[in-house]
Amino acid sequence: MADTPLIELIDIKKQFGPVIALNGVSVSVMPGECHCLLGDNGAGKSTFIKTMAGVHKPTSGEIRMNGQKVDFANPRDAMTAGVATVYQDLAMIPLMSVTRNFWMGREPRKGWGPFQFLDMEKANQVTLEEMRRMGINLREPDQAVGTLSGGERQTVAIARAVYFGAKVLILDEPTSALGVRQTANVLATIDRVRKTGVGIIFITHNVRHAMAVGDRFTVLNRGKTLGTARKGELKPEELQDMMAGGAELAELSSSLGGTI
Amino acid sequence: MVEQPSGVAAADERIQRQSALRRAFVRPELGAMTGTVLVFVYFAIVAGGTGMFAADGIMNWGVVSAQFVIIAVGACLLMIAGEFDLSVGSMIGFAGIVIALLSVHLGWPMWASIIAAFIVAMLIGMANGYLVIKTGLPSFIVTLASLYILRGLTIYFSIATTRQTIIGGVREAAEGDWLAPLFGGKILGFFFTWLADMGLIATFTAGNKAGQPVVDGIPMLMVWALALIIFAHILLTRTRFGNWIYAAGGDAKAARYVGVPVNRVKIAMFVFSAFCATVFATCQVMEFGSAAADRGLLKEFEAIIAVVIGGALLTGGYGSVIGAALGALIFGVVQQGLFFAGVESSLFRVFLGVILLFAVILNTYIRRLITGER
Repeated sequence: MADTPLIELIDIKKQFGPVIALNGVSVSVMPGECHCLLGDNGAGKSTFIKTMAGVHKPTSGEIRMNGQKVDFANPRDAMTAGVATVYQDLAMIPLMSVTRNFWMGREPRKGWGPFQFLDMEKANQVTLEEMRRMGINLREPDQAVGTLSGGERQTVAIARAVYFGAKVLILDEPTSALGVRQTANVLATIDRVRKTGVGIIFITHNVRHAMAVGDRFTVLNRGKTLGTARKGELKPEELQDMMAGGAELAELSSSLGGTI
Repeated sequence: MVEQPSGVAAADERIQRQSALRRAFVRPELGAMTGTVLVFVYFAIVAGGTGMFAADGIMNWGVVSAQFVIIAVGACLLMIAGEFDLSVGSMIGFAGIVIALLSVHLGWPMWASIIAAFIVAMLIGMANGYLVIKTGLPSFIVTLASLYILRGLTIYFSIATTRQTIIGGVREAAEGDWLAPLFGGKILGFFFTWLADMGLIATFTAGNKAGQPVVDGIPMLMVWALALIIFAHILLTRTRFGNWIYAAGGDAKAARYVGVPVNRVKIAMFVFSAFCATVFATCQVMEFGSAAADRGLLKEFEAIIAVVIGGALLTGGYGSVIGAALGALIFGVVQQGLFFAGVESSLFRVFLGVILLFAVILNTYIRRLITGER
């Protein structure tokens, strides 16, 4: 791991009118690191990643990439700088083929002048290859995304981001709607991507998913950072308590037989 | 947890079993292909001996089908891009009257009148698209408004200037013009003369055309239909823009997120729809030698029906130009075939409704197989 973080957000504050959504959040990601961002609903996770992705401009605070201060005016800026976001709803079109989704907006072409046609051969080949690297063997590259499972769709979205040069990959609750096995597949994908040197910010509210792949953990609560811990410094139960505000949950948990 | 051996992960085993045969057959156009075969078999049986499949018979339903194809192609791309154009029929009447008014009434050269009609119609198409994008209203409503506005204006203009709703004299005005034959002319006449000389097609036996072949060439209308099919099919399946058309209709938000210029794509498709309507109008005006304010009535629905029979999804993002063309062919063959078969012509609509229903049910099933929709 290098010393300079790929991306570093320092003391980010964000206000929407009178509402303080973020009140001083700092997070950084090293190359090849998976930084888990935990927090209950309303903790400010979404606002925070949207700030990182260039959707919101922070009210105060600083974003640095490779040590340099940057300003993202819009999501395109962030994408050009190598910050890619895979949102929960994925931005995949189920009616279209995997290949067509994979290349959407950046289709490879061959030919000249007005006669530039899609290079489907290359598109299919790269898609198959990239998907195989992520551990998914497609039946055929022109099968519709709608025929894929939720986990596989996540993987297509991740593979697409990585292929198009993402250095920092923000995953917004990629496992929240998935079954057990599909979750395992997505976590395996995250692991694979991390090993290529991409920095990952993994948003989740599931402590077990975070523990499975995370190198560092930051817990957000009510717009503030409750703290950042390295792997092994915290027990899952402690993380869980931090997320939900400790005492109350403990009480609730015991009334439910200690299973949360 | 990382239970899969790297690189050789198993895909979902539940979607793997698919025979090559099934894959070859399960295509968006399957419903329309089946329908086309059924329609031809049906008419071969009930109207086989009536001359429906002789040269002039083929030309008869071929021309009608080609008319449907021209507007269906425009409607198809627009529907895949996620929008409707209900103003196609009114646009046909409007463009025709513009040509006739400019050329006959104002004495413009025919080529200038035709070009002007194309420009005006495409600007209206652009306005349709712009309104849909800017207001966020469904295109159904916006173009329904255009349907009425354009039809009203068409009747108003033709009555206000010539005090009638039919403007004749276009053929005379087109005499010697360089652009008019592109819409009203015929090609390959020598080929049909040769066929007739060889005795392969019939010749007229009486009247002032006696001895000439019953078919004296391929009308430009058919050439346009064919050209539009090829152009639209290649555009849709082989170009980057085609991918954007699918994306814009499939999920505009997702498409925008990856940088597809959704607004531009949709507006371009409204313009293309207007272009197709004007091609239709120009061919018709040249053929009849006149324009009438009531031309093109109900064409918007016929175009949409052809596209839907062809396997397109009404909500966009899915469809095929070949399918739409086959849908148009079914339309033309049925409409003219019932006439050949001597069936009461009012049954045309019954037949059409039934075909529409069957095609859509079959298409829905096929689409589910392909896209995994549930």
